[in-house]
Amino acid sequence: MQLNLTINGEQVERAVEPRQLLVHYIRDTPGLTGTHWGCDTSNCGACVVLMDGKPVKSCTILAAMAEGHEIRTVESLEREGQLDPVQIGFHELHALHCGFCTPGMMMTARALLDENPNPSEEEIRVAISGGICRCTGYKNIVAAIRWAAEHEATTRQEV
Amino acid sequence: MVQTPAPFEYERATSVEGAIASLKQRGSEARIIAGGHSLLPMMKLRLANPEYLIDINDLDELSYIREEAGEIRIGALTRHVELLESELLARHYPVFRDAERVIADPVVRNRGTIGGSLCQADAAEDLSAVCSAVKAKVVIRGPDGERVIAMDEFHIGPYMTAVGDGEILTEVRLPLRPGSGSAHEKVERRAGDWAIAAASVAVWIDGGTIADVGLALSAVGPTTIHVTRAEELLRGSSPSEELFAQAGEIASADCSPVPDGRGPVDYKRHLAGVLAKRALRRATARALHQEA
Repeated sequence: MQLNLTINGEQVERAVEPRQLLVHYIRDTPGLTGTHWGCDTSNCGACVVLMDGKPVKSCTILAAMAEGHEIRTVESLEREGQLDPVQIGFHELHALHCGFCTPGMMMTARALLDENPNPSEEEIRVAISGGICRCTGYKNIVAAIRWAAEHEATTRQEV
Repeated sequence: MVQTPAPFEYERATSVEGAIASLKQRGSEARIIAGGHSLLPMMKLRLANPEYLIDINDLDELSYIREEAGEIRIGALTRHVELLESELLARHYPVFRDAERVIADPVVRNRGTIGGSLCQADAAEDLSAVCSAVKAKVVIRGPDGERVIAMDEFHIGPYMTAVGDGEILTEVRLPLRPGSGSAHEKVERRAGDWAIAAASVAVWIDGGTIADVGLALSAVGPTTIHVTRAEELLRGSSPSEELFAQAGEIASADCSPVPDGRGPVDYKRHLAGVLAKRALRRATARALHQEA
């Protein structure tokens, strides 16, 4: 079937089988391999992208189901050479070791801050509970998201 | 290992009637897909092999939580996150918020729906027990119109429901009756996991006695376990710790868990009893506005 998905504001058109998962449709697009394909069972959260602003697990959504919706991937965080506060937070506070969970964690964090600009540690932990990180013990991820919340205004102004 | 479903045809429904017409035409080869967070994993594992998928995610007419005709009515396409955040639901049936806090994780809850959860008919799923406890009714629509059935008639076996070929679950109805309190208690291995065991309770208190009660268990039998023997004990009695303990013992005895990676049978029976007791205690406190 012919699909035309909106990914990071661009039209991505391709013929695929109806059974193609959104994560593969995204990753088969040149330049969009930042979304990671992890457990394939909606447990690990590495494949999280935003669909109409809400985090979803792209391994458990058919590409066909995403047509007509706004998809945002980790590549959309950086704008005109300026990193998103979430990305700066992850960098500053060393919130990744191997980096496999990072795209999903950052997209989940972005959606959280868009909805709740000043989340408590508890709210952050609940929000990212759909993501699994085997390296960091989550401590630095939580701290990075807090950092992003605290620096959202100032880092945005610098753009 | 590449986990991709077997091939199928895909249709995006634009109306409930259209979805029903497609279901009727395709018979048992067709399945409805909503959130897809139960069906797609089953399809990847070849435990479900529909040849025709009808995507109902565009049917906004099936997405609502509203008060109508002495009931709360929930559209089948209402997502877990909406059930979690609904103040109307929390006010009348806090059991939903209890359960939704521990169903999967927030990202999955953005997609999964109440209709999908109930139609999946997985014995470990929480909302089936919740709906059973609150004595919900479900609306099933087919080519010849609607029928309304009780939750007890809805699940007819593991992964099997009363929804027939050519039919679709459209709505869940919760009766609004005075003096109600409700609660859900669950133990899981880690955040977002399926229950090792869970208990859902709704009570209706009138003049200090339990006028009516619903008690249902998740994950401790081939289907959701409706503990009717405990309900008979509780109905007409004054709420007390001893009574709740007795009801818990019945819940332990009347469930039929199997041993698996989540625990042995005696542990699951123990949990069923303890969680039933806790849910009864909390539901009653809520009915009497005594919750700490």
